[in-house]
Amino acid sequence: MAAELISGNEACARGAIAAGLTFFAGYPISPSSEIAEALARLLPANQGVFIQMEDEMSSLGAVLGASLGGAKAMTATSGPGFTLMQEHLGYAGLAEIPCVVVDVMRVGPSTGVPTAPSQGDVMQARWGSHGDRATVALVPASVPEIYQMTITAFNIAERLRTPVVLLYDEVLAHMRERVELQPPAESALWERPRASAEPGPRFQPYAANRELTAQLPNFGEGYHFHVTGLMHDERGYPTTDPETVRRLMARLDGKVEPVPGWVPPERYRLDDADWVFVAYGITARVAREAVDRLRESGVAAGLYRPRVLWPVAPGQLSEQLGRARTVVVAEMNQGQWADVVARYRPATVRVLSQGKLGGEPFTTEELLGLAQELTAKGATVL
Amino acid sequence: MNPGKALLRPDMMPHILCPGCGHGIVLNVLIRVLARRYASLDKVALVAGIGCSSRIVGYIDANTLHTTHGRALSFATGLKLARPDMTVIVVTGDGDGLGIGGNHLIHAARRNVDLTCILFNNETYGMTGGQLAPTTVTQAYTTTSPYGNRERAFDAALLATAAGATFVARGQAFRPDLLDDLLDQALDHRGFSFVDVMTDCTEYFGRKNALGGGSDLLFSQSRSDVEVTRDLNEWPQLQDPHGFAIRETLAMGVLHESDRPTLEAVMGLSGYRRGEG
Repeated sequence: MAAELISGNEACARGAIAAGLTFFAGYPISPSSEIAEALARLLPANQGVFIQMEDEMSSLGAVLGASLGGAKAMTATSGPGFTLMQEHLGYAGLAEIPCVVVDVMRVGPSTGVPTAPSQGDVMQARWGSHGDRATVALVPASVPEIYQMTITAFNIAERLRTPVVLLYDEVLAHMRERVELQPPAESALWERPRASAEPGPRFQPYAANRELTAQLPNFGEGYHFHVTGLMHDERGYPTTDPETVRRLMARLDGKVEPVPGWVPPERYRLDDADWVFVAYGITARVAREAVDRLRESGVAAGLYRPRVLWPVAPGQLSEQLGRARTVVVAEMNQGQWADVVARYRPATVRVLSQGKLGGEPFTTEELLGLAQELTAKGATVL
Repeated sequence: MNPGKALLRPDMMPHILCPGCGHGIVLNVLIRVLARRYASLDKVALVAGIGCSSRIVGYIDANTLHTTHGRALSFATGLKLARPDMTVIVVTGDGDGLGIGGNHLIHAARRNVDLTCILFNNETYGMTGGQLAPTTVTQAYTTTSPYGNRERAFDAALLATAAGATFVARGQAFRPDLLDDLLDQALDHRGFSFVDVMTDCTEYFGRKNALGGGSDLLFSQSRSDVEVTRDLNEWPQLQDPHGFAIRETLAMGVLHESDRPTLEAVMGLSGYRRGEG
């Protein structure tokens, strides 16, 4: 396994190929375009299809059409494009069509600061589409992890027949790191559930398996069935029956619940920490160094790095933070995930939100300065 | 008995269409053509957007996909490129395909993916209550043009031709015999085929413009006789209550046909069965 120096976006493209990607549709947008460029090169050579569509709505539309035909399919974009994809993210969730959507975060709202880094799409990933819905969003923090997590994103998307969002910022997208890419074994790739019933008039594509996941066959396999963005019953037929709607929504919510357990958080020097940073993506890299420096100066600091932002596992979060006194949630936004931590924190934990805007990542010095300032105010002592 | 009847999903009935709506006639023609052409619909997918017309794919027992408003062609493009072995038919309406989805229509035509797009053109947004559409003729009344439409209507066939569609036709619900032939030719064609089908919305468009009931409205769209299969140029000039002409004459039949390699062929996709070029 040769060592290489590659960017986050290239790692994402390579991870997708390793996961078995056969279809990519996308629309150019910085800072994600290198993913499309790499796949335009790689896919035809790997018996796959690459197509550049006319906008982001059609990009995700084409991905969903291809996925229904049996392809492992993905698109990649950035904030403004991610906004345009929200309707189809909702559609994919409700109709249970596997897909991976990469959102390389840049400063928003609107065109914002193209293309300085941000972590401002956390809530967009959660609630961007209208209506209540279940969401899976993963956050890698390094180039090698982007590679691995792209594969994980496909695994979850296929197994649970759900859209999976891979969120990372512009720094990780363009940063180059040394990697030794290890393609996964065949057995490490999860497939979408197969229909357990025979084709025929009684076939129910939306009858769920034990993992609460619909078992749609691919189009063209001899099954005749209907896929719609309307609320539907187990036959896939439109319904307005409130009880059927509630049952469907509960099932979609329930099926993504295991995800945080499959992709556990990173716990760095956390066991005896009473000063804890919660950070993800590039910010976690900075916080990690701040933890080491605080430890050198005698502060029992630690880092909790979620690798799944959505869905939240409230039990996991409160258990991991249970020993801490002060939790600082550092993120390049106005505190989008800090609200989550505050909501599920144990009663004895004080949660502080430290956001940073403007398109610059945190520096270690900033986090250390914050720690000193708060310690001086007695923040670690309740 | 209608040979296409076996292709319907009886448990999806009753359908949502209003009395007097021409969409059912188009559906009828479509299932007759499908029944004649395909021994099985295992490899046939029908992809639709949002609106009255788009609902009809659910009534056909095949691989059916009811997508989002305006985006059916993008789903169909992905499906066809992933599964070139399948026949992919897109059902859309004039608001769906020319309003919110107009961008996807011109790009699908430009790409020449082997899709057949059937656009049900009733000159209004029926499902939302009869609003102004990009196909509503000038001066016509709708719920959002209470003083008459100030804009000009799209000619969908000209648009598709200019954008690069390799087969373009126009039919009408009033003449199922002619429409049958046009849909058949469209499905025969290799490449992006587009059929603009004039149909009616009697509940909203007909009522707002005092055009009478369903049959009156369908008849108003045509004075054709069986001899004419192309370039049917003489639609009646109807007047609205203030004396304005609200009908434009549109050509009917096969309006454009050309030969250009499909995107699937250029990409060299394996499994592409409908032809070499």
